[in-house]
Amino acid sequence: MVSKLTLEVVEDQLLGAWGMGLAKGGNGRRRDEKWNFNCGIHIKAQIDRLKKLESDVSSPVECRGGRGAEQYSSAVSSLLEEKKNNLNLRATELRLGLPGSQSPEREPELCLLKSGKLDEKPLFPLLPSKEGICSSSQKNVVSGNKRGFSDTMDGFSEVKSSMYPEGNWMFQTASDSEAPKSVGQGKFSGNSGMNVALSPRPSGAQPAIKKELPTKVLQQERPRGTNGTSHNPKTASNNNNSSAPAPKAQVVGWPPIRSFRKNSLATTSKNNDEVDGKPGPGALFVKVSMDGAPYLRKVDLRTYATYQELSTALEKMFSCFTLGQCGSQGVPGREMLSESKLRDLLHGSEYVLTYEDKDGDWMLVGDVPWEMFIDSCKRLKIMKGSDAIGLAPRAMEKSRNRN
Amino acid sequence: MMMGSSFPEEVLEHVFSFIERDKDRNAISTVCQSWYEIERWSRRRVFVGNCYAVSPLILIKRFPDVRCLELKGKPHFADFNLVPEGWGAYVSPWIAAASTAYPWLEEIRLKRMVISDDSLELISKSFKNFKVLVLSSCEGFSTEGLAAIAANCRNLRELDLRESEVEDLNQSSGHWLSHFPDNYTSLVSLNIACLNSEVSFTALERLVGRCPNLRTLRLNRAVPLDRLAILLRRAPQLVELGTGEASDLRPDVFSNLSGAFSGCKELKSLSGFWDVAPGYLPVVYPICPRLTSLNLSYAATIQSSDLIKLVSQCHNLQKLWVLDYIEDLGLEALSASCKDLRELRVFPSEPFGVEPNVLLTEQGLVSVSEGCPKLHSVLYFCRQMSNDALRTIARNRPNMTRFRLCIIEPRTPDYLNHQSLDVGFGAIVEHCKDLRRLSLSGLLTDRVFEYIGTYGKKLEMLSVAFAGDSDLGLHHVLSGCENLRKLEIRDCPFGDKALLANAAKLETMRSLWMSSCSVSFGACKLLGQKMPRLNVEVIDERGPPGSRPESCPVEKLYIYRTISGQRFDMPGFVWTKDENSALGLS
Repeated sequence: MVSKLTLEVVEDQLLGAWGMGLAKGGNGRRRDEKWNFNCGIHIKAQIDRLKKLESDVSSPVECRGGRGAEQYSSAVSSLLEEKKNNLNLRATELRLGLPGSQSPEREPELCLLKSGKLDEKPLFPLLPSKEGICSSSQKNVVSGNKRGFSDTMDGFSEVKSSMYPEGNWMFQTASDSEAPKSVGQGKFSGNSGMNVALSPRPSGAQPAIKKELPTKVLQQERPRGTNGTSHNPKTASNNNNSSAPAPKAQVVGWPPIRSFRKNSLATTSKNNDEVDGKPGPGALFVKVSMDGAPYLRKVDLRTYATYQELSTALEKMFSCFTLGQCGSQGVPGREMLSESKLRDLLHGSEYVLTYEDKDGDWMLVGDVPWEMFIDSCKRLKIMKGSDAIGLAPRAMEKSRNRN
Repeated sequence: MMMGSSFPEEVLEHVFSFIERDKDRNAISTVCQSWYEIERWSRRRVFVGNCYAVSPLILIKRFPDVRCLELKGKPHFADFNLVPEGWGAYVSPWIAAASTAYPWLEEIRLKRMVISDDSLELISKSFKNFKVLVLSSCEGFSTEGLAAIAANCRNLRELDLRESEVEDLNQSSGHWLSHFPDNYTSLVSLNIACLNSEVSFTALERLVGRCPNLRTLRLNRAVPLDRLAILLRRAPQLVELGTGEASDLRPDVFSNLSGAFSGCKELKSLSGFWDVAPGYLPVVYPICPRLTSLNLSYAATIQSSDLIKLVSQCHNLQKLWVLDYIEDLGLEALSASCKDLRELRVFPSEPFGVEPNVLLTEQGLVSVSEGCPKLHSVLYFCRQMSNDALRTIARNRPNMTRFRLCIIEPRTPDYLNHQSLDVGFGAIVEHCKDLRRLSLSGLLTDRVFEYIGTYGKKLEMLSVAFAGDSDLGLHHVLSGCENLRKLEIRDCPFGDKALLANAAKLETMRSLWMSSCSVSFGACKLLGQKMPRLNVEVIDERGPPGSRPESCPVEKLYIYRTISGQRFDMPGFVWTKDENSALGLS
C-alpha cells in the first residue's frame, strides 16, 4: 500500500489530510480560542507560529536525525520568543519548606531542549528540564532560619532551642511573584459531564481506602507534578550528600518489572542481610496522602536522595489540591480565583510533612538521616500544621532512644 | 430460501451453544437479523479489552444474559508505574449495572482495575450463583471486601487475587478467611500469594480440610513450612501449589514436609519459594518428574547449582519462570532435560545493579532455543545481546509467538560489533511468522521498524522503549502491521507526523500509549477533533497543556477507540476534548 517509505510521503499525507486543520482557518480558530485559556498569547501569534511550523515541515533539510530535528529547532526558536510573553507560572507555586534549605529557584519552563542538545541522542529530547530532582538539588541549600539536617545531627541542644523555626514546612511564595494567571475553567479538560461527589473519607484509624469515583479536581494552574523521576540514567546522580558512590539514578518504569516483584526482591535481600554496599534494590513506593485531597498519590522513595528532592516532588504533586481546597470552600469550581484570593491562600496555609514508621507512629519528616528515613517510612502524610503539633517532641525522643 | 422461518430458534440456539470463541460468535451475528438476535440472547461470555471502549449500558443492551464478564482497565505500562494513580479504570459502574441486569452472573475477571470494598460487597450480595472472582493486578480494596465475598458467596469456586494490592485492615471481627461459613465446601481454587498480611492458620486449615475439590492453593509468604505440611496432608489432591516462606532449615520440618509432599500424587504446578533455604529443595524432588509448571521467580535464595539439580529432574516441564541465578549453564541444562518446554521467563535478580551479578548472557537463550523445539513464549532479561544470537534464535524457533527481550541498559548495542540490533530483531520478525507479541530493547534505529512493518503481519502487540530516530519508525509500524492491536511506546523520538498520517489506523487498534515522546499538544487536539471515535487522553502532570505552546510535547498520551464517548471519571491530570463546548463543532 505504501509505495516509498520516506518522510516526504508521510508529509504529503499529512498536509493533504490535515492541511486544513493546521492552517486553522475560520472555525478552527475559534476552537483554538476556546481551548486556550492563558491570556498571554495572542491567537494570531499562535496561528503564525503554526504556519511557520508548516513551512518548516515542507522544506527538505538534511541534518542529523532527519527533518525532525530541523522542525524541532525552529520550533525551539519560536518558543523562546514566546517565552517572553508567557507569564511566570512558577512564581505562584506553593512550596513545602524543608529544614535547612530554601526552595529551589524558579525558572521559567522550557518546553524544548536548546538546539545544541539535538546533536546527542537524548533519552528525553523534548522534556522540560526537571529541576530539583536530577539537577542541582543542592545548589540552594542555605542556612537560613530553618534547621539543616547537619544541624540536627550535631546535637540535640540546638534542636531544643529552635524547635519550630519559622519556616519549617511552610508553603511560601517566591519573592518575585508576578500576577498569577487567571485561573479559569479549562475547556480542553475532562470536566464535562457530571462532577461526582466524593463520599467522605472513613474517619478513625483506618487508612483511607481509595473510593472509586473521585471528585473532579478543580482545573487550576498546576506546577509540574512528579511521577517518580524520569531522568537519564547516564547523567546519573548529582546528589552529593553521601560519601559512598551514589546509587544509579533510576528511570521510571525501567527495567519493566512489576512493583510486586520489585518489592519481593527488596524484602528478600533485606532478610538476607546483604551488606555489599551495592545500590539499594528495587523501588520503594509509599502512599502519600494529604488532608482534603480526593485521592492519594504514590512516590518511590528510592528515586530521591535527599529530603529536598522529596519535598520538591511532593510540592508539585500536591499544590493543586491546596488550590482546590480553596475552591471547594466557597468559590464554585469553575469560577476564577482572584489574584488577591490566591495570594491570601498561599501566605496563610501551613502544612507539615509527616510519615508513619515501622512502629506505626507518626513522625515529623526530616529529623533522621535520609537512609534511616526511607528504611523506616511506610507512608507519608501531608498534615495541616495545627494537627501536627506534638510530633516533634516524640521524634526527638525516638531519635535519642535510638542513639 | 427463507432462513428465518425454516429453522426453529431453539435449534439454532443449541447449535450456537457450541460456538465459544468471540470471533466466531461475532461472525455468526452478522449473518442476518434473526441470527443476530438469537446470538445476542445466548452469549454468555463477554470480554471487554478496554473498559472505556464500551459502556455497561451498551453491553447490557446488546447482551442481556451474560454469565461471565472479563474487563481490562489500565494500559499495560501501568504495571511499571507509568500511569499516575487516580487515572481511572474504576469497576464500580460495571458492578452496579450488572447487579441489576445480570442476576445470574457467575464469573468476574478483572485486570488492572480499581475495585472497592463496596463493589466487592455488592458482588457478594447480588449474584446468587457467583462462582469465580479473579482480580489480576487490581487495587482499591481491602480484606474487608474479601470478608464479604467469603461470607456471602455460597457457591464460590475460585478466588484468585494474583498480584493485586490488598489493604490489610486488622478487623476485630476476625480474619477474613474465617468468614467462610462452616458449611461452605465448594472452593476449588484459592490464590492469596499477593497478601502481605498474616493469615489465620486455623481458618485456612479448616477451610482446606472441608473443601474436597480444592485443586489450586497459592499461599502467601506468611505461611511457614510446618503449616504447609499440615495443609498438604489435608489436601493431597492438590494440583497447583504455591508455598510460603521457608527460610529456617529444620530437620523435623524437613521430614514432615517430605512425607506430606510424597502424598501429593496430582501436583503439577509449583510456585512461591520465597526465601527458601536451599536445603529444603529435596522435598520436591519426588514431585519433579510430574511437574509441568514451575515458578521460581521469587526464589532469590536459590543459586545456580541447586536450580540445575532441580530443573534437570523436571522432564515434563512446560512452563518455567526463574531468576537469572540460573545462568547460562542452568539454561543449557534446561535445554537438555526439558524437551517439552513451551514458555520461559527469566527475571533479573538485580535489575538496578550497575554491573552484572550473574553469568547470564544471550547464550542461555540461544541454548534453550536450540534444545527446546516447542518453545514459543519467551521473556528474557539480560545485559548483553548480539545480532548473531538473535538470528540464531529466530532460525531455531520459527514457531515463536511471544518474544520479549529486555536488555537492561537502554540503547545497548550489539556487544560484538557495536552496531544496532536492527538486523537481529529483523530476523525474529522475518522468521517467526506467527509472532503475535514483541518487546524490543537495545540500540535500535528506524530500520528495525521497517522490518517490523514489512514482516510483522501477525503482530498484535508491540512494546517499544528508547528506540528509533524519527517519525518514520512509527510510520512503518502503523502502516505495515495489519493486525496490530496494542502499541505502547516510551522514550522514543516519535512525533506528530506519523501519528496524524496514520490516524485512521488507530480506530482499528485497541489502544496506543506514548510517553516521553515528541507528540505535540496541537497534534493531540487535532486528532481528538478529527476522530470522534477515539478518546485522545493527554496525561500531563505539569498543568493544563493549553498554558504551554501547542508545539510543546505532552508527557503521556493514551489513545483508544471507543463507542461510548468521553469518560466522566478523569482526574485532574488527564486532558481531552470537551464535547459539551458551548461553541459546538462548527
